[in-house]
Amino acid sequence: MKARVFVTLKPSVFDPQGHTIAEALHSLGYGAVSDVRQGKYFELDLNVPNQAGAEKLAAEVADRVLANPVIESFRIELA
Amino acid sequence: MKCAVVVFPGSNCDHDAYYAVNHVLGAKAEFIWHKDTSLAGADFVILPGGFSHGDYLRTGAIARFSPVMPAVRAFADAGGPVLGICNGFQVLLESGLLPGAMLRNRDLKFHCEMVGLRVERTDTPFTSAARQGQHLRLPIAHGEGNYYAPPDVLASLEAQGRVVFRYANSVGELTDDANPNGSLNSIAGICNEARNVVGLMPHPERACESVLGSADGLVLFESVAQTLAAGARV
Repeated sequence: MKARVFVTLKPSVFDPQGHTIAEALHSLGYGAVSDVRQGKYFELDLNVPNQAGAEKLAAEVADRVLANPVIESFRIELA
Repeated sequence: MKCAVVVFPGSNCDHDAYYAVNHVLGAKAEFIWHKDTSLAGADFVILPGGFSHGDYLRTGAIARFSPVMPAVRAFADAGGPVLGICNGFQVLLESGLLPGAMLRNRDLKFHCEMVGLRVERTDTPFTSAARQGQHLRLPIAHGEGNYYAPPDVLASLEAQGRVVFRYANSVGELTDDANPNGSLNSIAGICNEARNVVGLMPHPERACESVLGSADGLVLFESVAQTLAAGARV
């Protein structure tokens, strides 16, 4: 079973990289892109028998390792 | 007096710390590999600078799970002095021994330069020989030193006097120009609630002899030597 984990900075945390990308896009004429937030994407291969187990395992490693809860939040998709 | 310098894969200031303790301070330093589970009877511990585990995932995020870290935590919990320098500070943040997190520098650049610092607190084992408000010139070398903490955490750090160093200009003012990375409240270093665990982004171990451009970092090592000699843990 596969899980996709998306880690992003919390909305309250300034994202210097996303800000710079947004400014670059504006200078390229993409003024309609009002903001950019950069994040991380992980694909996990999980040896677990069912969906509930996959969800639980992915959430545990995302919370403990993949994301820093002080500044980041995460979202999981199972595939 | 014995100092444990923890070596992670990718540490690169471990020898600088070893040199500062052994050859400038005149104490005894010992390297402790990150897979060791004991600090070999050390009186104080340094987590040195560098790029542990290549800074993969996040700075300090993997080093935090090293086999040596439970021993570091137990030592800190027992009141032992622990100093995290640069990447060592980032490891302390990731491990929860100090609060907050590091973001990418606000200008996205790696800063390698001398900066001015103001000593905010002298009631830690690493600043007890300094003067309140003392100006220090120390080098920094980091890409992720933009200190962040949620508003409630930041407020409690300030209320409890746990900001130990701030970036400041030569007359001690906290200007935006003097802040190299965008850290909240110009924070360069903090301590834990018990005040025995200190982390800072600048490198005192690289500035212990005037031939290196500054000897201002020596006061941190003299402080911990005096604290331990006095037999009291601050």
